[in-house]
Amino acid sequence: MIRIRCPFCGLRDHSEFTYEGDATVTYPALDASEDAWFDAVFLRDNPRGPHREYWRHVGGCGAFIEVTRDTVTHEITETKLAHPGMAKTVESGT
Amino acid sequence: MKGYRLPEGGRIDRSARISFHWDEVVHSGFKGDTVASALLASGEWVIGRSFKYHRPRGIMSAGVEESGAIVSLWSGERRVTNVKATMAEICPGLEVFGQNAWPSVRRDFGAINDVLSRFFAAGFYYKTFFGITGRGTSEWMVFEEVIRRAAGMGRASDQPDPDDYEVVHDHCDVLVVGSGPSGLAAAEAAAGAGLDVILAEQDFEIGGSALTGLSGDIDGGAADAWCASRLAGLVASGGRVWTRTTAFGLYDHGVVGLIERVTDHRADAAGLPRERFRIVRAGRIILATGAIERPFAFGNNDRPGVMLAAATSAYVTRFGVAPGERVVLSTNNDSTYGVAAALAGAGLQTTLLDARSDLPEAAAETARAAGVDIRAGTIAVDVQGRTGVTSVLAGRHSAGGQATGGDRIDCDAIGVSGGWTPVMNLISHKGIRPVWNEDLASFVVDDPGIEPVTLVGAAAGQFSTPACIAAGHAAGEDAAKVLKGSRAAPLPRPDSGWQQPIAPVWEVSHPDRKLKCFVDPQHDVTTSDVRLAHREGYVSVEHMKRYTTLGMATDQGKMGNVIGLALMAEATGKTIPETGTTTFRPPYTPVSIGALAGDERGTHWRPTRHTPMRSEHERLGCVFTDAGFWRRSWYYPQGGEGLADAARREVVVVRSGVGMVDVSTLGKIMVQGPDATEFLNRVYSNPFAKLPVGKARYGLMLRDDGIVFDDGTTWRLSETDYFMTTTTANAGGVMLHLANLLQTRWPEMRVHITSVSDHWGGLAVAGPKARDVLDGACPDIDFSDDAFPFMGVRQGHLTTDVGEIPVMSARLSFSGEQAWEVMCPADYAPAMFRALEARLREAGGVPYGLEAMDCLRVEKGHVTGRELNGQTTAADMGLGGMVSKKKDFIGKVLLGRPELAREDRPTLVGLVPVSPNARFKAGSILFPPGEREGHGLGHVSSIADSPTVGSWIGLGFVTGGLAEWEGKVISAENPVDDQSVSVRVVSPHMFDPDGGRMHG
Repeated sequence: MIRIRCPFCGLRDHSEFTYEGDATVTYPALDASEDAWFDAVFLRDNPRGPHREYWRHVGGCGAFIEVTRDTVTHEITETKLAHPGMAKTVESGT
Repeated sequence: MKGYRLPEGGRIDRSARISFHWDEVVHSGFKGDTVASALLASGEWVIGRSFKYHRPRGIMSAGVEESGAIVSLWSGERRVTNVKATMAEICPGLEVFGQNAWPSVRRDFGAINDVLSRFFAAGFYYKTFFGITGRGTSEWMVFEEVIRRAAGMGRASDQPDPDDYEVVHDHCDVLVVGSGPSGLAAAEAAAGAGLDVILAEQDFEIGGSALTGLSGDIDGGAADAWCASRLAGLVASGGRVWTRTTAFGLYDHGVVGLIERVTDHRADAAGLPRERFRIVRAGRIILATGAIERPFAFGNNDRPGVMLAAATSAYVTRFGVAPGERVVLSTNNDSTYGVAAALAGAGLQTTLLDARSDLPEAAAETARAAGVDIRAGTIAVDVQGRTGVTSVLAGRHSAGGQATGGDRIDCDAIGVSGGWTPVMNLISHKGIRPVWNEDLASFVVDDPGIEPVTLVGAAAGQFSTPACIAAGHAAGEDAAKVLKGSRAAPLPRPDSGWQQPIAPVWEVSHPDRKLKCFVDPQHDVTTSDVRLAHREGYVSVEHMKRYTTLGMATDQGKMGNVIGLALMAEATGKTIPETGTTTFRPPYTPVSIGALAGDERGTHWRPTRHTPMRSEHERLGCVFTDAGFWRRSWYYPQGGEGLADAARREVVVVRSGVGMVDVSTLGKIMVQGPDATEFLNRVYSNPFAKLPVGKARYGLMLRDDGIVFDDGTTWRLSETDYFMTTTTANAGGVMLHLANLLQTRWPEMRVHITSVSDHWGGLAVAGPKARDVLDGACPDIDFSDDAFPFMGVRQGHLTTDVGEIPVMSARLSFSGEQAWEVMCPADYAPAMFRALEARLREAGGVPYGLEAMDCLRVEKGHVTGRELNGQTTAADMGLGGMVSKKKDFIGKVLLGRPELAREDRPTLVGLVPVSPNARFKAGSILFPPGEREGHGLGHVSSIADSPTVGSWIGLGFVTGGLAEWEGKVISAENPVDDQSVSVRVVSPHMFDPDGGRMHG
């Protein structure tokens, strides 16, 4: 069991979250090339060490959270809201 | 001579006598006894039988490492198997049974295997029986049955577990595991520094080694008095103390799994769970888990009466039980001197064989003063006595276990110590590898890495009680510094505290004797087996473990693992660190599945989802069925009707008149905001940009890879408000998909989505007379064809018996009939049902259920999850026209992949049996006539008993589709039921193919 700090709800068990995939993938424009879409949908790195990934706090606020987790030690060094606008608002505290 | 109760001493309550059954004979002990101590006090020697040779096994330890006294407790549905007698408390009425023996552990016919033991080396069964017949043959399966029975552990109950278990979640600043001197000192110091502390102890008493006589006096007073004082200090500072609670697994981020045994020691257990699974989230974890004494291997060292040295003093000091009148101890380290002094102090004739020539003089002097006969440079070589020790051969020891000559010493019990192995299982669970320490001749953990863990005391390789206490205290204070962020540097590594270095001994050899030396007494693994494994090419410890089964018994190698590693190292000519160690994984000691499950049984606390119209369905005698998360109305029987008759009648009424069905389970999502139109236009494959307000549209949603994800209708309520419906099954999945897009992929879009599935109750009114039902039902909605065209959306009110309620309605059809969906706020749903039902009855209609609804849609060729199965494209389902060529949308690019655009993909067809009475099944494989092998043309996805067509009908996917097969006969093969039905391929729109009825 790992524990994830939700920016809204605080430190919670990972059983409250669902894993939502690799946060390092940038999805191409809807009219981009087939190769670009193929890469984004099917090709994934499997890094050893720090990795950015999405988790959704489905048993809590429902927010998508970008988590930086070490794939070897499970150490989590950063969590923030995936939505940049919401992340900024939460950080500024306004 | 056997074990007996000493006239005084021990921590047992001699005023509280407790009776229990041992193999159906009544025995008794005192409050505070374990099964092992009570049986030992009763003079019982043989408690178990070994796994393979059925050799008699006695009590070998006083703790979790027990490898001999393995028993079953209780009977019937409450029977628990493979329990260590050394860990089980006695309680009134307890039933204890021997295992792996017939008729009993004392007279076991299986012991014939021991006579034949030279044939039963490691791998015997597999070599012999696979060799004869080959694996997987029926002969092997017969052998295996017999072998497995002979090598039985306890027989588990085959009845449902009648007990309750619970899962409890806890938090604390510091969790201390183990309540020996170092753990108590750590817990008291941490609590004294203001931290929230939990102290967990697997035993039923606090004190660890302080209870066993090992630690001697502490601070000039009795060890147990010192413990009581620390405990009082801890509790006064608010610390929580959990006994009978084993920390069985260490997980990430300071999460620890513990099992608390709540009722196994109580006769009165009413209302309590048998066990609690406690999940603790701790800021810091202090592992004061102590060390486990390990034996060395010598001749017949598995005989009842041979036990660990420290266990002999544990029985004397804690339980007031002598393992025998004359005890011989054989050791290679300092720890046994305290043991010897304790035994001699209790009046036992005690001989101490020390493999070393240089003795720890101070300790030796104390022992001698207590009356111990110490013999330097000697070692136990061979044991005499079959079901109990009668004497031991003590040889001259040079080094590394090599012995010569020897004197026979008569004795009743033998205590052996080959050193101590720190208990590092928990930190190992986190993948932290221990390192070999030459001074201690054992593995230790030097650096817990990033884990919030400190090891203290014997668990850290520290064996002097005052030093352990100091280290525990420092660790408690250190935890406070770490949690407050004021720690400068981690604690230094302690030294061992031995006066004289340990002399490593793994196995005793003697030039004149062929010795049978056990490494894993429970699994009957001998030193010869380990060497055999090496000769046969198993050089990795992991392979050796699996080949010999060393360390795979219920003690999981707690006793024998290190010896096995050392012997393997010797055989391969490598050092022990080069040989490596096996990995410990949770659980530390066995955990019952019931405890992990807790209340998660039966329906697992999942809510039973009924639609808001449940009360009305029940009033009508509706039969419900489980569909996904829901209890849905299945059919409404009249008279003695069953499912088939009721569903057929309901279909006929809908096609000829009108019916009404509960559609509340549809997923419903409000999509709102200035960019809502653009958003929908991107997520649906068909155009949404120009959907006017007041209109609904059927939409197809694709995945990124071009496969169809979901379908449903979306109603435009205003410029910026859309009401989206999804399939029942995908309600959650679509919500997640949209949320993902808005939060991660297109955060710039000004769109808000809200799940409103539970907020709206819905009914579909369908049939040629649907308008008769609705016309006049709503004072502010005109249901005429001109005012409310196909795919129109209207909002207004419905007159009901609770007054006028707000509704919204869309004219759309799943059944293929003229139909409207009417939605109202969920609380009004029963009133809406009653209002429309009354009008329905006037028009001669009936409510219909899921079965009839499914038939109606199959007749019409409408798709559901059986067709949207994650493999099909829009074109596969004949919905290619819903894929826009003009706009961009999710899934468009990858839908263009050649494989998805292939002409010969299986496409949707209707299927009607050639013989009208024939019935075929969904899942059948479709083949060209005359074939029934291979993958065929495709499969049957849905079937229905259609009164409209007059036979069973189906939808399916066929390679070549209608273009190639329309009108032709193919074969639906169901090899599971050996069923073969000839079916004719027809258009999937088996009813009203031009759609005139729903538009009319």
